[in-house]
Amino acid sequence: MTDHVVSRKIYVGVFALLMLGTAITVWVAFFDLGPWNDVTMLTIAVAKATLVVLFFMHVRYSGRLIALTVGSGILFLMILLALALADYLTRGWVVLGR
Amino acid sequence: MSSVSADHGPPHHPALAHHFEDLEQQKEASSFGMWLFLVTEIMFFGGLFCAYLIYRRASFGAFAAGSATLDIGLGAFNTAVLIASSLTMAMAVWSAQMSKKKLLVLFLLATFVLGGVFLGVKVVEYGHKFHEHHVPGRHFTWDDPATAAGAEMFFSLYFAMTGLHASHMVVGMALILYLLVPAARGRFSRDWYNPIECFGLYWHFVDIVWIFLFPLLYLIGRHGVPGH
Repeated sequence: MTDHVVSRKIYVGVFALLMLGTAITVWVAFFDLGPWNDVTMLTIAVAKATLVVLFFMHVRYSGRLIALTVGSGILFLMILLALALADYLTRGWVVLGR
Repeated sequence: MSSVSADHGPPHHPALAHHFEDLEQQKEASSFGMWLFLVTEIMFFGGLFCAYLIYRRASFGAFAAGSATLDIGLGAFNTAVLIASSLTMAMAVWSAQMSKKKLLVLFLLATFVLGGVFLGVKVVEYGHKFHEHHVPGRHFTWDDPATAAGAEMFFSLYFAMTGLHASHMVVGMALILYLLVPAARGRFSRDWYNPIECFGLYWHFVDIVWIFLFPLLYLIGRHGVPGH
């Protein structure tokens, strides 16, 4: 089998980065950065998710079929969000609490 | 391995199913299938994230005020617990790959315990919310009438999203118990550990969902709330 065994050092390193990302995202949340709060928070979340997918879920060491499957999942999520928000952001359909 | 059989060709590994060329192809097929399932899970949670974005935009002040009532300490602690459980799960897969039976059982148990800690903290948090009458419905109580409707929507999404996530954790913990028996019997080894690998993918996926839920639910109202 040509199965790739990811070294323990990489797992522990990814774990440390994920913890660091969590600490930073909590720390930043206490500052008022206007719209940049969301940008920072989501950038860190996407970076953490990418680390998990690439290393813990072995996509970095898997074949193209797996990478294509993951990519298509993300693409369809983007289609879901983009088309739904394109409607909701432009039509003023949602009214909550006046 | 020495599983010679008269009626179906040359000897092959006992874990290799007939319709696969070799163990490698079999493993890629099972990982592919698991990922297809996870893609449907992405869309499943994606619908809730989409609802969150839409309602949050409609009443950001109320969402931030609702977020500020959540316990950031417990939320951050649970995030760390879940990340640690992802590490123990990754190490469980590593143990299977190295054919280390005892370590595999140990890391699966550690993952199970960390999952239990996460759910225990979640129970405490839900208890707080019930106590404060922040659960949407007839008994929902909110001081500021201007943001009450938006805050109730925030808590509806909070319970729906964390509840769906927690139910995935419960399923995951049940699956660990299910996998512990063959793991303890030494059925998984370097040659074949597909169930461990696929379960690992599931567990890490649940971790990723929380990686997004934590900032979106707990951290949006921490620096003074606009209009509140």
